Amino acid sequence: MHSSNTKLIRFNKIPKTAFLLSLALLTLLLTACYPDHNQSTFDPRGPVAAKQLEVFWWIWWGGFIVFVLVEAALIYAIFKFRVKNESDIPVQTHGSHKLEIIWTAIPALLLIILMVPTIQTLFYMYEAPKTTKPEHTLEAIGHQWWFEFRYPDPTNSEKEIVTANEVYIPVGYPVAINLESVDVIHSFWVPKLAGKTDMVPSEGNFMWFEADEPGEYYGQCAEYCGTSHANMKFKVVAVPEPDFKSWLQAQSNPALESSDPLVQEGTGVFKSAGCTGCHSTKTVVNKGSKGRVGPNLAHVGSRRDLAAGMLKNSDENGSVNDALLQKNLRTWLENPAEVKPGNLMSSGAQVYTDPDKKLTEEQISQLVHYLSSLK
Amino acid sequence: MSTFPISIPRPVHPTGIWGWFTTIDHKRIGILYGVTAFIMFLSGGIEATLMRLQLAGPELDIVSAAVYNQLFTMHGTTMIFLAIMPLSAAFFNFIIPLQIGARDVAFPRLNAFSYWTFLAGALMLKLSWIGGATDAGWFGYAPLTSVAQNPGTGIDFWIISLQILGIASLAASFNFIVTIINMRAPGMTMMRLPLFTWMSFITAILLVLAFPVITVALIELTFDRYFMFNFFNVANGGSVVLWQHLFWVFGHPEVYILILPAMGIVSEVLPVFSKKPLFGYKTVVLAGAIIAFMGWMVWSHHMFTVGLGAVANAVFTVTTMLIAVPTGIKVFNWIGTIWGGSIRFNTPMLYSLGFIAMFLLGGISGVMHAVSAHDAQQQDTYFVPAHIHYVLFGGAIMAILSGIFYWFPKYSGKMFNERQGKISFWLIMIGQNVTFFPMHFVGLDGMPRRIYTYADNMGWNFWNGVATAGVFILIIGFLLVMDNIGRHWKNGEPAPADPWDARTLEWSIPSPPPEYNFEEIPIVRSLDDWWETKQGGAYKEVPASGGLGDEGHEIHLPQPSYWPIVTAVGLFIAAYGVVFNDLLIPWALAAVGLTIGFIGVYSWSLEPVNDPEEDSTH
Repeated sequence: MHSSNTKLIRFNKIPKTAFLLSLALLTLLLTACYPDHNQSTFDPRGPVAAKQLEVFWWIWWGGFIVFVLVEAALIYAIFKFRVKNESDIPVQTHGSHKLEIIWTAIPALLLIILMVPTIQTLFYMYEAPKTTKPEHTLEAIGHQWWFEFRYPDPTNSEKEIVTANEVYIPVGYPVAINLESVDVIHSFWVPKLAGKTDMVPSEGNFMWFEADEPGEYYGQCAEYCGTSHANMKFKVVAVPEPDFKSWLQAQSNPALESSDPLVQEGTGVFKSAGCTGCHSTKTVVNKGSKGRVGPNLAHVGSRRDLAAGMLKNSDENGSVNDALLQKNLRTWLENPAEVKPGNLMSSGAQVYTDPDKKLTEEQISQLVHYLSSLK
Repeated sequence: MSTFPISIPRPVHPTGIWGWFTTIDHKRIGILYGVTAFIMFLSGGIEATLMRLQLAGPELDIVSAAVYNQLFTMHGTTMIFLAIMPLSAAFFNFIIPLQIGARDVAFPRLNAFSYWTFLAGALMLKLSWIGGATDAGWFGYAPLTSVAQNPGTGIDFWIISLQILGIASLAASFNFIVTIINMRAPGMTMMRLPLFTWMSFITAILLVLAFPVITVALIELTFDRYFMFNFFNVANGGSVVLWQHLFWVFGHPEVYILILPAMGIVSEVLPVFSKKPLFGYKTVVLAGAIIAFMGWMVWSHHMFTVGLGAVANAVFTVTTMLIAVPTGIKVFNWIGTIWGGSIRFNTPMLYSLGFIAMFLLGGISGVMHAVSAHDAQQQDTYFVPAHIHYVLFGGAIMAILSGIFYWFPKYSGKMFNERQGKISFWLIMIGQNVTFFPMHFVGLDGMPRRIYTYADNMGWNFWNGVATAGVFILIIGFLLVMDNIGRHWKNGEPAPADPWDARTLEWSIPSPPPEYNFEEIPIVRSLDDWWETKQGGAYKEVPASGGLGDEGHEIHLPQPSYWPIVTAVGLFIAAYGVVFNDLLIPWALAAVGLTIGFIGVYSWSLEPVNDPEEDSTH
């Protein structure tokens, strides 16, 4: 290292540039990956994302080497061939077939090599392993701007269990996901588990992934889908299979009834204020039946986030904090357009469009109590 | 005169502002294109700055979600259709006839019509900010463009202005194809064409083939919106993926429409400032043609996540990777050009060298997208804006800046300030990297594009802040460029005919060129004929300087005409009528506009190129 440095010094100015350049590249190397970030693609937690990252490193190293060599040639030429004497006329070379063939063939060869892992991974992504269990096949449906999820009912093959914005999966099993959309094109993306696949209205799509370890994985809509595209998020919660089964069992039952009078009143407001027009509290539906306009609220009080990942109800270990939940529900009910501009509830529900039917402070409190009781 | 249906006296070499309205001189039209497109570039820059301010930190509230979505849609549409394409057109207009030794383009009035129609489309799109611009993205994916999703007039403005811009582009492209094929000076064979003219020729052919696709797609969309058709309405059996195919069959060649002229500019500048011919002229021409051809086979790489299946994605992976080969050849040949040269670092050369350095990075991130298995992670994240800005800013805009400075002496007749030019280069070079490089990081860190805000806990704060800071470096750089150009255009030192010791014919005539360009049509004997002439000792002082003041007296140029601008005004009025089609007054507007347009075309077609009486006054 030391000797090469002393050699370089003979070219004036080159060492400084080379030093700055390598410093810049080093910065790039150090800063490009943030595995601890919620949606980092450098922290795969499942085989699909891991394979995808693997091909990324192929192209990254290939690209890095090409970049360094070509930029070095460019910079070398810039320093080496700068004008010395204005009247000098350099040799008028018109080209070289030999060189041109070389710099056509080498990149072509590199690219062909790169195609192999790319296409292998492509086919890997597109076909779920044969071991995928039917009960681990779920449906994800895009809505402006939230996600609906449906699981096959383990007790009745004609039925499905509906939930929203939070999807539980069993650790260590491949999960197959059928993707749909009811309105515009969305894209289903959990960076730590797999790359995205679009949810295209009337064209069913498919993807699969698997989580290697229990945890909470961030997901977000990746295809621009209108005003609140930025506010369309969800979470994947990976749990051991027995926990997954008991979770699903709990989902298929209605929430425990509460004797709190505020909750009782809230139940009434939920009906009288028209909430039931769009939101269901029943989770078991006929297979393939058309869902409600708004997210299913049967267990809204048990979810880690409110309003498709916008308001966090849970503390660090994932358990719901009731005070936080109630505060979030109040924020949402007071002005949903503030949390999610353009959403259908603020533009469509009479309690928000008709000043005469506006929810009173008391009604909001009753609704908050009722909804937070839906565990 | 008697043949005109309306007896308006024909403009006779008008001067002042009126001269600009009726001019059919390709050089003046080129300047009109350039100035207009630069203003549009600034408007797109303002839109970008607002977006960057909104994203400077998490959960900011500088613009609303709705406005942000309009900003990114308008920014994309503006930069592509109103800035880069017409900036290239400015050079086509000014430079091509000079490079091929012609006195004007083949159809001078059609050329004026192209400009005025472009202006009509540009104004229309920009004026749609009043009342709400389109917010469906520059790619306008169905069904976001449907009436149900987007009942406002923003989309209609977008559709109709793209159609008008399409007319302008098609007219210009046909004009340049015919000009380049037919108007070359004697001896200027196709394989002696300067590289910029070659790339422009390829671009014009691409445009003629690509624009009809978007025209048809937009007509289908218009029918869906106005007449309840169902091309893209899935409820009645339409397909939203159809739009994506149509859009990208146009959209990908469009990418090369943006970059090929830039490659042409760089291929002119590098040899001149290295004092060497372009390395492998034939290969560079061929690589351009191959890129244009293969550009038709890669469109679905914009759709890797749409679910076309592993086989389709594999095929488009292969074609997309292969298109990197001819692109790489060009980069290597450019380095081969400066290798062994005698490089002078004037401002245009700095921009061209900056182009190579930045475009290379954009090319490599482009190959990263082509790795479709990982593209599932990259698609629709900030990694993609990082790539396109390295290609279109680091590439196209850097090359255009290079061209703006390279040909400045020719179109203004003045010299700019080198020192200021170099400072502006370094500011823009640093500014763009500070702005766009961090987008790679946040993209791979999972930040989707087209989001108006992001949460504090995602880890995207720092690099977004850096990117926004970079914008201010860019702003200072561009202010310096504008000051340099504006001030010296007025008060700069007079430029000699050939300040750079250049190689192509436009430098053999005075700066700025006389209206007729060449007093004598040159006879071309080789590639880089002007350089060879100078080297061979056959160099004489600029031929037009007879010193008698009546040079060019015997040259009859086509006369100015009102009709191109009248026709464009008619189109503009009619288009407004189409947008507001549900009221009575707009129908009247459409009728008035079409009538004006009809009168324009009718009178134009009966107008002789030269008025005989005007001729006889000589």
